[in-house]
Amino acid sequence: MKTYEKVIEKIILISAVVSTISVALITVFIFQSGLPVLAEYGVLDFIFGTTWSPTNGSYGILPLIAGTLTVTLGALVIGVPTGIACAIFLAEILPKKWAKAFKSAIELLAGIPSVVYGFFGLVVIVPAIRNYILPVYQIFDPDVSATGFSILAGAVILAIMILPTIVSISENSITAVPREFKEASLALGANKMETIMKVLIPAAGSGILSSIILGMGRAIGETMAVLLITGNMAKVPGSIMDPVATLTGTIAMEMGYASPTHQQALFAVGIILFVIIMLLNIIAQFSMRGLGGKTS
Amino acid sequence: MNHIKHESRKYLKKIKTSKNFMFYGGTGILAAITLAALIIIVGYILVNGLTHINFEFLTQEPKRMGKEGGIFSVIIGTLMVTGVGILIATPIGIAAAIYFTEYAKNGKWVTIIRFFTEILAGIPSIIFGLFGFAFFVIFLGMGWSVISGGLTLALMVLPTLIRATEESLKTVPMAYREGSLSLGATRWQTIVKVIIPCCKPGILTGLILGIGRAIGETAAVMLTVGGSLRIPTSIFDSTRTMSVHLYVLAAEGLSQEKTYATAALLIIIVLLINTTANLISSRLGGNYGN
Amino acid sequence: METKLITDTNEIKFEIDKLNLYYSSFQALKEIDMTIYGNKITALIGPSGCGKSTFLRTLNRMNDLIPGVTIDGTIQFDEQDIYGTGYDIIELRKKVGMVFQKPNPFPKTIYENVVYGPKIHGEKDRSHLDHIVERTLKEVALWEEVKDRLHKPALGLSGGQQQRLCIARCLAVEPEVILMDEPTSALDPVATSKIEGLLEELAEKYTIVIVTHNMQQAGRVSDFTSFFLNGKVIETDKTEVIFSNPANKKTEDYITGRFG
Repeated sequence: MKTYEKVIEKIILISAVVSTISVALITVFIFQSGLPVLAEYGVLDFIFGTTWSPTNGSYGILPLIAGTLTVTLGALVIGVPTGIACAIFLAEILPKKWAKAFKSAIELLAGIPSVVYGFFGLVVIVPAIRNYILPVYQIFDPDVSATGFSILAGAVILAIMILPTIVSISENSITAVPREFKEASLALGANKMETIMKVLIPAAGSGILSSIILGMGRAIGETMAVLLITGNMAKVPGSIMDPVATLTGTIAMEMGYASPTHQQALFAVGIILFVIIMLLNIIAQFSMRGLGGKTS
Repeated sequence: MNHIKHESRKYLKKIKTSKNFMFYGGTGILAAITLAALIIIVGYILVNGLTHINFEFLTQEPKRMGKEGGIFSVIIGTLMVTGVGILIATPIGIAAAIYFTEYAKNGKWVTIIRFFTEILAGIPSIIFGLFGFAFFVIFLGMGWSVISGGLTLALMVLPTLIRATEESLKTVPMAYREGSLSLGATRWQTIVKVIIPCCKPGILTGLILGIGRAIGETAAVMLTVGGSLRIPTSIFDSTRTMSVHLYVLAAEGLSQEKTYATAALLIIIVLLINTTANLISSRLGGNYGN
Repeated sequence: METKLITDTNEIKFEIDKLNLYYSSFQALKEIDMTIYGNKITALIGPSGCGKSTFLRTLNRMNDLIPGVTIDGTIQFDEQDIYGTGYDIIELRKKVGMVFQKPNPFPKTIYENVVYGPKIHGEKDRSHLDHIVERTLKEVALWEEVKDRLHKPALGLSGGQQQRLCIARCLAVEPEVILMDEPTSALDPVATSKIEGLLEELAEKYTIVIVTHNMQQAGRVSDFTSFFLNGKVIETDKTEVIFSNPANKKTEDYITGRFG
């Protein structure tokens, strides 16, 4: 009986360590596959090179970084204020019953696969931009790219995709603020709006911040949606109407037909992406715990 | 003098009231936009796609690269890859959660392992795809196959399963463990005969959520399972999942109808899965109280 | 300070010698010396937080579950040091059962609760298990009340019934000693008196050690009483002595209600 128990304990321990081993394996294999190219090409040339043309042997990923950055920034600009406003509305303004249903609906819809969002972007957002926004834009800039596949399209769809994350976590953070803070503020004569903006939001600050960081992480790591709607053109963009290629989209799209060196370069792109995401996650972890934030 | 004071106070009040109005109105509108955006996306696709989902669609194999016919082989492929993934992830996930809550509790090592599990949860799917390709497809020589995809998916849903099981284990009152141990049961007997039976709803919820995540996964599957439209006969065959098929149809513009239908089917399945998970967790979860 | 007693029954179940217990750096039990006699009811009394429950849990090594607990001294059960290396804890807990303050039946049926113990110790015979269920439920005077709903959830019983079920569950593994940690403090007076009535009958077959907050209960029910204060045993003697003529002034103060 004793040995049986000991064996079981060992098996359970191994299971627990699987996740650690996996992270280690993932790191090892990604780096192993991509490092040769980085070493040969030169890390700085790789990261800051402005030409991504694998067929010509050019592996500069600045356009890809620019693509990821602009689309993500756009998503944050649209999504963060909307998400926080929605969270405030749910936490403090809407009656509890409705708020619960609202939140459930949002969380349910958050499970929609990213490729579906991308498809919607393809058939609705891209044409909408092409038909309605571009004509206006062309008044000011006649040379603008006219396909609709653009940073804007990516930003809009990504914003919608990260909204549930921001709303959910921010709402939890606001609700988790001790009631005493709210009561103290109201007792001092502040009205509800002032209480929310000056007391609750700052108190929920670290939770809201981590929701933003997580949303950012999700946007940066998003592949399928951007593949379908950003145009996949590896050029540093000049306006939000320009098509771009993201780090993620490029890997997904070119992996299927890449030559060995090209493949290695894509792994190298993966390394850069991996590092960015890891840094972001670590920052998010610390902002959730280190600042004493209250999130679920 | 008083008149001016009075008027300015009224004016400030008006500003304040309109500030208030903007605040309540503003947050309300943005909240409505949030919900509306999500509903519109789902609604638009369902409206355009439901009409094209019929018996033939579900049972016929794709013809002419998906332009015609149905998505039968794709459905099979999805079931197989997701099935393998869940089959592998579930025992490992449950065991890991048991370790965290029942055996190790606290201590330096546990914190470290937990940290890595959180990291695993945050890795984007394309990186999993790259890893799956480099490790399962190439290094272990499994090629583009159900098993390569299944193993990769297993790693991706592992954190979800661990988390859900852990949450469930934590709600079991200490009194049950004490009662069992005081009767002379071993730790493992207590876990198997008292604690796990209490946690079935929570574990089931985690499982279902894991399935939901796996079905929607595209990038990782694309790089590890390939895209063959033939019905797979073994786990070493390549196949195509619904989300990958949707991507191919959308990107290549082969058939509007089939694309909408596939997207609609995917949405329905995912919504069903998540609703089921929520129902289970709210109905059956945590009823130990007197 | 305590007196070592020589009684006519003389069977010693537990011999506790210079027992110290620490929760990390906090010392909860200090130099405890005590003897627990077989087939007798020993009551442990004292104000809240004085260590009586902690002491009780050392007797079946339930304190092992709490991280950071260290022990020195010896506890001998049937003349074997239960904290010695290689001592079989499972066997100990089979022989030394426990009933908790808040009734804790498993979320299973009444039947499954009672047979839980025997089953994990290997009993498979269905008719034998049925027999155990009937015997133990009769021993706790619960049989008539539940015999027609053995396969209904145990959590559907009242508090008093649940506690009696827990005692039955404990009896099903045929222990020699039953430890009771304030078993009636969560129950109403009617349920309490039912369980107190049980104790005398149970003492004929088992040794009972009962922690109680309720002095009247200790006086009514027990043969021996130990008075705990701040982790020490102040006095231990026959119950009549403790309650009518205690040797130590602190004991007298507690008994007469001057504190605690």
